[in-house]
Amino acid sequence: MKVSKDQKKALLRKMVEIRLFEEEVETLFQQQRIPGFVHLSIGQEASAVGSCAMLRKDDYIISTHRGHAHILAKGAEPKYMFAECFGKVTGYCKGKGGSMHIADFSKGILGANGVVGGGFPIMTGAGFSIKLRGTDQVGMVFFGDGASNRGTFHEAVNMAAVFKLPIVFVCENNRYASTSPAEKMVAGGSIANRAHSYGIPGAINDGNNVLAVRESVAEAVKRARKGFGPSIIENETYRYKGHFEGDRQRYRTPDEIQHYRLTRDPIDRFETQLLEDKVVTQKEIDAMKTAVAEEIEDAVRFAEESPLPDPHEAMQGLFVNP
Amino acid sequence: MAVRELSCSLAVAEALMEEMERDKTIFILGEDLVSNGGIFGQFRGLSERFPERIIDTPISETAIVGSGVGAAITGMRPIIDMHFADFVTTAMDEIVNQMAKLRYMFGGQVKLPLVLWAPDGSGLNAAAQHSQCLENWFVHVPGLKVVVPSEPADVKGLLKAAIRDDDPVIFFQHKKLFGQTGPVPEDKYIVPLGKALVRREGSDVTLLTYSRMTYFCREAARELAQKGIQAEIIDLRTLMPLDFVTIAESVKKTRHAVVAHEACVTGGFGGELSARITEELFDYLDGPIVRVGARHVPMPFSPCMENYVLPQVEDIVAGVMKALKR
Repeated sequence: MKVSKDQKKALLRKMVEIRLFEEEVETLFQQQRIPGFVHLSIGQEASAVGSCAMLRKDDYIISTHRGHAHILAKGAEPKYMFAECFGKVTGYCKGKGGSMHIADFSKGILGANGVVGGGFPIMTGAGFSIKLRGTDQVGMVFFGDGASNRGTFHEAVNMAAVFKLPIVFVCENNRYASTSPAEKMVAGGSIANRAHSYGIPGAINDGNNVLAVRESVAEAVKRARKGFGPSIIENETYRYKGHFEGDRQRYRTPDEIQHYRLTRDPIDRFETQLLEDKVVTQKEIDAMKTAVAEEIEDAVRFAEESPLPDPHEAMQGLFVNP
Repeated sequence: MAVRELSCSLAVAEALMEEMERDKTIFILGEDLVSNGGIFGQFRGLSERFPERIIDTPISETAIVGSGVGAAITGMRPIIDMHFADFVTTAMDEIVNQMAKLRYMFGGQVKLPLVLWAPDGSGLNAAAQHSQCLENWFVHVPGLKVVVPSEPADVKGLLKAAIRDDDPVIFFQHKKLFGQTGPVPEDKYIVPLGKALVRREGSDVTLLTYSRMTYFCREAARELAQKGIQAEIIDLRTLMPLDFVTIAESVKKTRHAVVAHEACVTGGFGGELSARITEELFDYLDGPIVRVGARHVPMPFSPCMENYVLPQVEDIVAGVMKALKR
């Protein structure tokens, strides 16, 4: 599949934006300026960016507790995301959601969901909605290797397959469900292979290769948009950080993390490739990174300068018609 | 307004027919809806009229209820058939963590116009897993509205209101009342959510009730009248939002209250009502608030044991005597 130079540059820029966003979240959390739980997907950027690159603005995504990357890749603005992480009134959810529950319905982001496997059945409903309204939208639901073992996965994939719902199930197999290794918890060894028992396509990708992800997802999105039904994509990847910020990570060694960082990093690899192919120069990359870093800095400033909600606002917005 | 006798079952079908005719975003999702018109006949005729919008699904309650949530946040107005209210347990995450939370948690970005239609209650010798009244679980969860109708006219009017409401509504309809008939207006009408109704006026005690127990309270009121006690019956109709204004007016007048529901007494809605009346109307009370409900066991199968566990008319009468300290 032909990918233009500009498209490649955009893919790299988005991955860098996500990386810098999350590194900033990590710092702010460590400085105790962000409260609550924070789950980072540093190292997994190619999966989010390659997948969302094939979606239109009116397509839907549902993300997970580890959701910053998907939300940014679908077009959410960092300043409103930071504001939400800070619990500010200017945040996407007016400070009621936090890092785990960011949504932007104007961009088809039906929310990050704090319940592991909670997104599957909701996207099934969005699929019914698309079918009944007669549009050619597509829904993409992100999940981890851990969520693939929830009953919601089976019910939703079966339902989507039975009704040929326009859904792409994107698994990010980062090898650990919280502290539990996928090889000990996932029967059959592959999540994508489960697709065959539902009679739908399943594909396993190098999830740290953004172009490979993009190509594989493009096929699944095309199929869904044409009304041929769902697919399962499994992007093999790795998270550099703990399950949550503060995780002591006794289930793996620092060497293992270092191995992935040095040899499989999705951003480093793509940069090297683009330099080799003369798509970009090192100077352009440096300038781009500086620009993104400034954007992130501005976004943090917006969030920090934003007011906290009036505590009474906690009582607003439960019902449309109270 | 002209009226005719209609069963609760036909009241449901009529409400759905009228609403689906009016609004193309309404669809019904659930198990076994099409071939027999639903297990209680409540969907009869609908699939012929709206073949695309009555969808039979696999037995996947989690995905069915979750689909309701997903469809509601993307512009549809789904009605989810829970088959039996007892099966809410198979979709509790979708109800409690998703349906009830998404609007609030996402800062009001989205609305969830959804009806979860759940036939509940005992009296059919259906034993422990098909007989429960679980309404109070959902009253406890912020973000859900809870409707518990008794008479066919309310079934129709409240269901229409629930469908038009932009918030998620759990609509508990008592299984034993599907064949129950009553006068239903010919003209189109709505019964708003959150409005209780005084079914019988009285001056001596307020009977707070809903769903099937409303009928039991009427019989109890007749017996009490023979003893010279005039009971006022308030059919709550909606537990969330709750019409406490109507409750307070009555309790201030009668100075005594008895709550009667079919659910277990312990942890039931009667406890909440009793506490709130005590907190807000203590100075008006001349006696204890008495709760009448099922005994604290799973519903047994054998009809004689089921009747023993369920609250009966004489339990309501006894409850009133206790409240009046007679």
